[in-house]
Amino acid sequence: MSDNQFDIKVGLAEMLKGGVIMDVTNVEEAVIAESAGACAVMALERIPSDIRKDGGIARMSDPQMIVEIQKAVTIPVMAKCRIGHFAEAQVLEALEVDFIDESEVLTPADEHNHVWKHDFKVPFVCGCRNLGEALRRIAEGAALIRTKGEAGSGNIVEAVRHMRTVINDISRLTTLSREQLVAEAKNMGAPLDLVIKVSETGKLPVPNFAAGGIATPADAALMMQLGAETVFVGSGIFKSQDPEARGKAVVEATTNYSNAKKVLEASTGLKSAMKGLDMSEIPEGERLQERGW
Amino acid sequence: MIEVGVLELQGNFELHHKILYDLGLGSKGVKCLDDLNCLDGLIIPGGESTTMSLLIDSFNLRNSILDFSKKKPVLGTCAGLILMSKKIENDVKVKPLGLLDVVVNRNAYGRQIMSEKKQIEIHLNSHASVDIKATLIRAPKITGMGKKVISMGKIDNTPVAVFDGKHIGLSFHPELDEISIFHEMLFDSSSKLFSYKFENFNAA
Repeated sequence: MSDNQFDIKVGLAEMLKGGVIMDVTNVEEAVIAESAGACAVMALERIPSDIRKDGGIARMSDPQMIVEIQKAVTIPVMAKCRIGHFAEAQVLEALEVDFIDESEVLTPADEHNHVWKHDFKVPFVCGCRNLGEALRRIAEGAALIRTKGEAGSGNIVEAVRHMRTVINDISRLTTLSREQLVAEAKNMGAPLDLVIKVSETGKLPVPNFAAGGIATPADAALMMQLGAETVFVGSGIFKSQDPEARGKAVVEATTNYSNAKKVLEASTGLKSAMKGLDMSEIPEGERLQERGW
Repeated sequence: MIEVGVLELQGNFELHHKILYDLGLGSKGVKCLDDLNCLDGLIIPGGESTTMSLLIDSFNLRNSILDFSKKKPVLGTCAGLILMSKKIENDVKVKPLGLLDVVVNRNAYGRQIMSEKKQIEIHLNSHASVDIKATLIRAPKITGMGKKVISMGKIDNTPVAVFDGKHIGLSFHPELDEISIFHEMLFDSSSKLFSYKFENFNAA
């Protein structure tokens, strides 16, 4: 993998900044997402809140469904593979999806290893809860990082926790000397070269997006103000009572995240958001964010 | 001080600000009508043209950008080129601004795995040229050009950088490779390249 190829992968992530990436499960939803202003769609069989409800094994989506969505929209189409399931990733690459999400939302295929993402031409996005996890994924070749949050919960609390943790971890690194960075790299389980790079630049070497629990325009504005460069909205749009209007409102709030009047305008007149779950309602063993290592 | 606006509806606006900053030019994010006041130029960055087209209309920016472009130079990269075009062959969802007399075919260079970097020669005027890296990401192809539009550089005989004497449209992303020649040519009156644009147009 040449530097050039990695640059090109990060390049697409750069183009997705300042936008909203929406989960869709069929052509109809993909078309609604696109006309609401999504900058990309994530094609998956069941949205996270249904995966949570239905149980069973969540796998890569039916290729036929992905192909139909690719035909129906002109924006980038992403799809998910299971953690460590490089054969699913190979299939998605053969399908020419624009981005692969190696996602904790699906049932992990490998409890020790993630996919070695440098082997692929297609870029990958991976979730994280802290900087060490983010840098391990980047070392494996991820071109884009997102918070894990708690997918399908409609509850922003975990995405906030993870974004604040990453940002705090980064700013702490910028205050440390070289010898301290070696100890820190060991503690966070991240490669030293990336730890040094982050300490020098004060930011991740790839774009940093937010996901997991975003349900309202104000949720999007919150994550953007905390430092996210784009938001993923999973269940939040198509589990609400007015997906098209809510999708558009989240897009507008994301663009104008620091302008409260505009976020107010976007938030006004929407029907009910998805119901959502308090974290105490999700037993620890069932939290999707625990998946991935 | 020269101040250039960067349309910040969605996309890769940050790296354009950085290029302008490194050139010593002022830059400002443009999200609403008032932001266009007193600017010396505008950049429409890469990103998703569908999203940007929708937001241009949601935020009522279409006519202001058109008026602005009659007086001031506009640089569009990738999705920016699509939005600046007169016509898009294969997409009805994006409403182009029509400020550059070109026809484009969206995503004609293929999906993300076809994205690539190419070495290309850019003609700055009739006697000066420079070799640069061009990063194409799900890039639009220029399939037709009006008489006043000239090609500054080509890949496989297709123009990827065009100039009409005032505005520049690019299929690729100079900002990803820290290439500033197009920004200098349109906006930076202290750069030698700024004067080239008059010659360049005359030469055509």
